Amino acid sequence: MEQILWTIFFSPLLSFLILILIFKPFFAKMDRLSSLVSIFAISLSTLLSILVLLDLSINQRVISFNPNEFLVIGSLNFGISFILDELTAVMLVVVTSVSLLVQIFSVGYMSQDKGYIRYFAILSLFTTAMLGLVLASNIIQLFVFWELVGLSSYLLIGFWHHKPAAVSAAKKAFIITRIGDFGLLLAILYLFVQKSIFIENSLNPIMIQDIIFAVNQGYLSDFFVTLFALGLFAGAIGKSAQFPLHTWLPDAMEGPTPVSALIHAATMVAAGVFLVGRFFPVFENSVIAMNTLAITGGVTAMLAALIALSMNDIKKVLAYSTISQLGYMMLALGMGALSASIFHLFTHAFFKALLFLGAGSISHSTGTFDMNKMGGLRKIMPWTYVTFIIGSLSLLGIFPFSGFWSKDEILSGAWSNSGIVSNIAFYLAFITVFITSFYMFRAIYMTFHGEFKGGISKKDLHESPSVMLIPLVILSIASIFIGFIINPIISIGFIPSHWFSDFIGHGGVKSHVNIFSNWFVYGATLISLLAILLAYQIYILKNLLLIKFIDKFTIFRKILINKYYFDYFYEEIIVKKVFLNSLAKGLNWFDTNIVDRVFGAIGWIGLNMGVLLRQIQNGQLQTYGSIVSLGIILIMIFFMFL
Amino acid sequence: MAFNGLISATVFIPTLGALVIAVLLKKNSHVFLFARFVALLNLILSALVLFSYQISESTDKFKLVDKYEHWIPFDSFKVQYYLGVDGFSAPLILLTGLLTAVAIFSSKNITHKIKQYFICLLLLETAVMGVFSSLDLFLFFIFWELELIPMFFLIMVWGSGRKNYSAMKFLIFTLISGALILFGILMLFASTKTFDITLLPSLIKEESLLIPMSIMFFVFFIAFSIKLPVWPLHTWLPDAHTDAPTAGSVMLAGVLIKMAGYGLIRICIGLFPESVSEYSFIIVILAVINVIYGAVITMRQTDMKRLIAFSSVSHMGFVLLGVAAFSGSYDDKVTGLVGASLQMFTHGTITGLLFLLIGYIYEKTHTRYIPHMGGLVHQMPRLSVALTIAGVAALGLPGTSGFISEIIIFIGAFPVFSWFTAIAVFGVVLTSAYILWMIQRIMYGPKLDRFEKTLDASVYEMIPVILLIISILFVGLYPSFITGIFKNGIIQIIG
Repeated sequence: MEQILWTIFFSPLLSFLILILIFKPFFAKMDRLSSLVSIFAISLSTLLSILVLLDLSINQRVISFNPNEFLVIGSLNFGISFILDELTAVMLVVVTSVSLLVQIFSVGYMSQDKGYIRYFAILSLFTTAMLGLVLASNIIQLFVFWELVGLSSYLLIGFWHHKPAAVSAAKKAFIITRIGDFGLLLAILYLFVQKSIFIENSLNPIMIQDIIFAVNQGYLSDFFVTLFALGLFAGAIGKSAQFPLHTWLPDAMEGPTPVSALIHAATMVAAGVFLVGRFFPVFENSVIAMNTLAITGGVTAMLAALIALSMNDIKKVLAYSTISQLGYMMLALGMGALSASIFHLFTHAFFKALLFLGAGSISHSTGTFDMNKMGGLRKIMPWTYVTFIIGSLSLLGIFPFSGFWSKDEILSGAWSNSGIVSNIAFYLAFITVFITSFYMFRAIYMTFHGEFKGGISKKDLHESPSVMLIPLVILSIASIFIGFIINPIISIGFIPSHWFSDFIGHGGVKSHVNIFSNWFVYGATLISLLAILLAYQIYILKNLLLIKFIDKFTIFRKILINKYYFDYFYEEIIVKKVFLNSLAKGLNWFDTNIVDRVFGAIGWIGLNMGVLLRQIQNGQLQTYGSIVSLGIILIMIFFMFL
Repeated sequence: MAFNGLISATVFIPTLGALVIAVLLKKNSHVFLFARFVALLNLILSALVLFSYQISESTDKFKLVDKYEHWIPFDSFKVQYYLGVDGFSAPLILLTGLLTAVAIFSSKNITHKIKQYFICLLLLETAVMGVFSSLDLFLFFIFWELELIPMFFLIMVWGSGRKNYSAMKFLIFTLISGALILFGILMLFASTKTFDITLLPSLIKEESLLIPMSIMFFVFFIAFSIKLPVWPLHTWLPDAHTDAPTAGSVMLAGVLIKMAGYGLIRICIGLFPESVSEYSFIIVILAVINVIYGAVITMRQTDMKRLIAFSSVSHMGFVLLGVAAFSGSYDDKVTGLVGASLQMFTHGTITGLLFLLIGYIYEKTHTRYIPHMGGLVHQMPRLSVALTIAGVAALGLPGTSGFISEIIIFIGAFPVFSWFTAIAVFGVVLTSAYILWMIQRIMYGPKLDRFEKTLDASVYEMIPVILLIISILFVGLYPSFITGIFKNGIIQIIG
């Protein structure tokens, strides 16, 4: 088993190295071959990952391997080793399969690009880092890959480095996630404060399993557990773009669209959810941490969905939708519904990747992401249209699409808890269903229905090539069926009922929800349909009454278009006004005009003392004589008084 | 009297090379070739020093010892010729060999006073190697002062901008630091009658010292603080860096300021451990000021070289932070000091690389003023990749050596000074901000017409770059090799 895991991990790494060290410098012309190498490598990983998942589901066990020597500090060994549990196995499949489909799609999408090899190389690097992240058995190793994932994201957002917006977005993404990582790093360092407790119990403070064991056994104080969990959560907030560190994700849409699908929708942004899932027992031991999760998730889900209402860029709509859905996952975690959260992560990865690739397919034809320059595309791009609808219905959580199953598990998870936090979380999640349905169908109507309003000639519009459509179709199939298949309410064939819930949440309490027994399942579908109808009235039928009604809320719209002024506050106030132009400018002035001047002044005094003393050395015997006598007198006085 | 010879050769072959250049060589092309030959030879020798240290089975504290006891044989002033390495100094010797080779190989566009230029660089190498390997304090002081002269001329003669001012400033600050060291070692000699570093730790006791130990500690601490540099004694560094030639900056950032970190650990911790523990709260406060103050000021810099110079101030704060962990438990001490010594090594390679790249960019674009730059990735793909790698290493990205040294320091210092370390950790966020912003402003964006004819680095110019990148990645991906060596040395120093 260990060899298989190493192969899964090394296969994309090898592809990265081959592309960057052999193809890029020596065979820059053979770019198609380079993508084949990359796709072959990721196919191998995908296949093995599925095998690992199957194997693990039959022989349920958690495997951790002996660490290899990497770094020994003091009494601790920071070895590299892998852990294989249910969460890892699921994540392996998500990461490799979406990577594979996105790479296939990219062959078509990026075919004209000059940086073709570089693009595939960084994609391979990203997959490697993401696999390392989900396989990591100790928290330092996890942090290493966590940061490397961030690096690949930086390189891919700024892939078109001639575009200043892309480079700025890349920098912004890296720095904002690093602010979250600051919390994560402090949490890691905090473990070392408790080092002696771990060592007394012959545990290693960096091994994830040992940390969880120590928390479950109550070796660590509640205060410690809460602070540690909040530190981890800070990292998750940055990576999973939760409020208030969400601002980087919409800007990250400057990167190539397949990258947005893979990194900024399906996998990397889910890493925050994964992190919390990985340390879930730690969170469960702290009420404060759980409530923070739930409220942050709920607020993010709602506020991001509201912004999505006002966006005219289709990728931005999808970006805010992603933030909102990640909020759902965080909310579920805060409700203790680990399996529901990971289930939603799983289904979301497929339908959101599908939607992004659909948006990529649209722009491949229209050359834009601005929905005001689209319209009527459903006749020209039928495949894209149908698959996009499937992805949207899944996102909305319409029966029987895969999103239905996972979203309603989250609602059930929130409903079954009592307490004010759970109530707030539930209603936030419930209302967000309505908003989600509205903005998605607003986007669909603006893009695919009505008349084409674009700048280019209608003759230039075309359906995308089959290399791009095949991934769309595969993802559509997944978006329809996968939710029901992996977590059916009754056993079908060899798949037992509630397989996924049992698999992830083994030993947990929240499994086996019969979602059809709850009112809100029907309620959610109802308000979803209502929202679709409303969008239809406004954007297709142009119902004047409704449009006039909406126009009354211009202030509200202005706030939404400005994204609650978060970006303005961060960039203009904090970074420019407070930091660069006050603090940094002031310190710089202090450094050049005070600190440096002080030493200049000391030098000046030294110089002038020299000038003064030089007056005495005038070569006249009288002067010397009088000074000598003065000296003798002084010495005599000194001794007389001694 | 013991004589191995390897370490003496490593220290003095550059001087020999300088003599040959001065006396025998006439043609400039021969000077270039010969200087490269000597640099390469010494790189191999310094690698050999590390290698021989590794395989040596001797159980002595110091290995490869060259010792001649009667160098200055007066009983009242006994100075030995005593060189040797331990786990702490051996990697720094390799660092010196590496960066001198980089400096010499990258200096191919020197046009005037070529002979003198390479003589200066080679003498500089001897001085630094000598500092790292001297086991006699007086010898240490001689090498410490010897470093001053070639560096002064490098800035003064081959520099740019306000070079006279900067060279003088460098000279005066370093002289004061040297005077303090001289005072300190003479006081030590007066108290213990020896300059021998290996004997001193057991001889120094509070009652045997002429002046209190804490004062002795501060004399040395201030001396090294000037050189490291520690706020507020840092003001010479940005000026010296900005006006020095590329090779001078590489040497200055790469190895010269490491002499101060070396002194801090070898002398302050080696001889006055109690004082270091006692005053560690002062050290940690200075460390945090260095890290944050340096990083914040870096944000405002518009001159590429000045920017990296201030980032050095920030990064050397981490060395100080590792030293401050000395007041913690034994484990924290070892961790903090291993981190500090590794930080010296990694900062040498990373910042050396940054100065080298910026020197290349300056040579090709004739500007260092960042707002005038942009879009250079179109003309300089190679330098742009290299600058990105050096940049992410500087901001401590995992996979590069910068991450390893920073995380080790944090792990050592956090249990001892949690709050201060937490503030210093935030420096990492600031670092990523200024580094990425710098790369963005220099390299990215649309193509600019005024750099139409600008060339990328040639394959020859990339050789030293690749050498440094390899060393950065090697330490980043397989750190246990070098941390193991440092740890041996640190454990012996702590005793």
